[in-house]
Amino acid sequence: MTTRKLRSVAMAISAATLSVSLAACGSSGPAGSTAAGDGSASMWGLTGGNQPVLQKSVEAWNSAHSDQSIKLDFFANDAYKTKVRTAVGAGEGPTFIYGWGGGVLKSYVDAGQVEDLSAFVKENPDVKDRYLPSVLKNGEIDGKTYALPNNNVQPVVLYYNKEVFDKVGAQPPKTWDELMALVPKFKEAGVAPFSLGGQSKWPDLMWLEYLVERIGGPEVFANIAADKPNAWSDPAVTEALTKIQQLVDAGGFVNGFSSIAADSNADQALLYTGKAAMVLQGGWIYQGMKKDAGSFVTGGKLGFTTFPTVEGGKGDPANVVGNPSNFWSISAKATDEQKKAALNYVKDGMFTDADTDALIASGAVPVVNGIDSKLEASPDKDFLTFVYGLAKKAPSFTLSWDQALSPAQGDAMLSNLDQIFLKKITPEQFVATMNATIGK
Amino acid sequence: MTITSSDRRRVRDTGPSGWLAAPALVFFLVFAVVPLAGVVFLSFTSWDGLREIRLEGLASWTTVFTDPVTGNALLVTAKIVFFSFIVQAPISLLLGVFTAGSQKYRAALAVLYFLPLLLSSAAVAIAFKALLDPNFGLGPGLQVPFLIQDWLGNSDLVLFVVVFVIAWQFVPFHTLIYQGGVRQIPTSLYEAAEIDGAGRVRQFLNITLPQLKYTIITSSTLMVVGSLAYFDLIFVLTGGGPGYSTRLLPLHMYLTGFKANDMGAASALGVILIVIGLGLALLLQRLGGKNRNDSQLEGA
Repeated sequence: MTTRKLRSVAMAISAATLSVSLAACGSSGPAGSTAAGDGSASMWGLTGGNQPVLQKSVEAWNSAHSDQSIKLDFFANDAYKTKVRTAVGAGEGPTFIYGWGGGVLKSYVDAGQVEDLSAFVKENPDVKDRYLPSVLKNGEIDGKTYALPNNNVQPVVLYYNKEVFDKVGAQPPKTWDELMALVPKFKEAGVAPFSLGGQSKWPDLMWLEYLVERIGGPEVFANIAADKPNAWSDPAVTEALTKIQQLVDAGGFVNGFSSIAADSNADQALLYTGKAAMVLQGGWIYQGMKKDAGSFVTGGKLGFTTFPTVEGGKGDPANVVGNPSNFWSISAKATDEQKKAALNYVKDGMFTDADTDALIASGAVPVVNGIDSKLEASPDKDFLTFVYGLAKKAPSFTLSWDQALSPAQGDAMLSNLDQIFLKKITPEQFVATMNATIGK
Repeated sequence: MTITSSDRRRVRDTGPSGWLAAPALVFFLVFAVVPLAGVVFLSFTSWDGLREIRLEGLASWTTVFTDPVTGNALLVTAKIVFFSFIVQAPISLLLGVFTAGSQKYRAALAVLYFLPLLLSSAAVAIAFKALLDPNFGLGPGLQVPFLIQDWLGNSDLVLFVVVFVIAWQFVPFHTLIYQGGVRQIPTSLYEAAEIDGAGRVRQFLNITLPQLKYTIITSSTLMVVGSLAYFDLIFVLTGGGPGYSTRLLPLHMYLTGFKANDMGAASALGVILIVIGLGLALLLQRLGGKNRNDSQLEGA
């Protein structure tokens, strides 16, 4: 091969590898600062509402336990999900692996990347008793505990702007028909009925989750998650997708929803600036709005309610979807010293009274038992008791589907759902494509 | 004077030893050839990034070739390469010729032109995303009806917005290359042309353009092969969306590998990308003419 040809090859290769290396740099924050090193455990957290709470908790732990210190880094949600998996696969993952439970956790368990915590939980009954049992269950795979809840319960909630509702003279929708009837009302008033962070794709999913839940009940998704053949063919899925497209057709979502990223909180901003009347989002955005739009929240202009019922639907209206909590798993590749420090933190450093109080003060409901009186005493008690009640009373709490499914299925689902919102495919095409991913 | 064979040998011996290329070759092997072989190997396996790598034969290749998203990604890539070239090449050529002059105000303008070159792609993407926001961006802010469009959410429009942002970022770079090329042209050529009565357009067409031949080839190669690799800008600006409208091949490869965790298929896509990049680079060199390998330096 001549030099010139070699040079062309090199050019082409660098063109290809460039994209990968740029991706690695793009996700910000220090990389691979873990596994080896000074022996301290490493922890990757998420930016957003719980960031200051976690930061303080770890700082308090480090100042009291200089011999078992924890090194903490934060990442944005979407960037984290990509980064942590790559890092763990490369043996460079953190000691504490932040997760959501479900199918993604299972893929880590199958790969032998996370510690079995069953014995630890057995030896430390205090840890187990700390949690709401229904939440604790989401960290178990095949009856063994692989992850322990680490923050707050996060059901998906329908938020609305009371000021906008008053101006239009509307009531929050209790049924799907009422919701559809509200759309033209708000459009006439020059307000988008619903805000949506469509570029991030996962906010689209909340619509599908709740509609399938209300129409067909929790069994529909339970069958999908159990990899039953043709589970996506359930008529409830098609009906839910059809309803979504009807809402898109009616102009239910804000102009440009497919270019709005939820990671930058632009979807919440539309709600509190009065440009949109409602947003269907996780319980976690309350903290963000409390911080970014203080007077909107403290002034009582933020309303919240449950997702509307669908006429003839089989699902219990009290059922919820969302994230029961986030979880810590402990890396199986960590050194014994790191594992020991990590477990000690889980036992004594996490959910201290200070942590729990800080979570409540930030506008979140910690997943711990016996906090009713504390929630009642909070300035955010309306929202907090609403969320706590929602989670406690729900006959079924379905984990966000993208986390409950295997990563390959979850990604295919989000891409195809994006196509549904853009009306590029029909519900039938969605069902056929998704049936083909079962078992992957 | 006749050169004897012993003379010839002496001449060759004084040249640089081939061993001087060894360090570069080692780097090339370690950082280019070995990873390339790794990618080719991975394309015949199934690997989710966590579990063991399993040999699967042609399964990933079948997946890639039967997936309509791959075809779409190729089409999007081709469109972006084509439109970026059509937009960037003439603008940077003209700007390069213009800024090659020595007047003072041109120096000031040149500094302004080159500003985008200093910004990282991610910063450029974030800035444009904010400016083009249909609810909080430039249009609603200034109340200019034309600007109030869903620039990044409209599947028909978004590709051209991407091409525009790419051009905004990279035109300065190519302008710089052309500027350097134009400054290399001997002024005596222009003086002679002026005496012969050639006008500015004539001078541009008959002197500047032919003299810039090699600069044009270099710039075009960088432009085309570079646009094959656009990733960070589009990743931050649109995430490949809406739908698949801006999901070009490198982004498709990344999302397949790191979002869907299908490293086998992602590697197959990587190989396709390398083959296309190689093909295009060779094609452009060929278009440069038969004597493309001849150096312009005297004596070499």
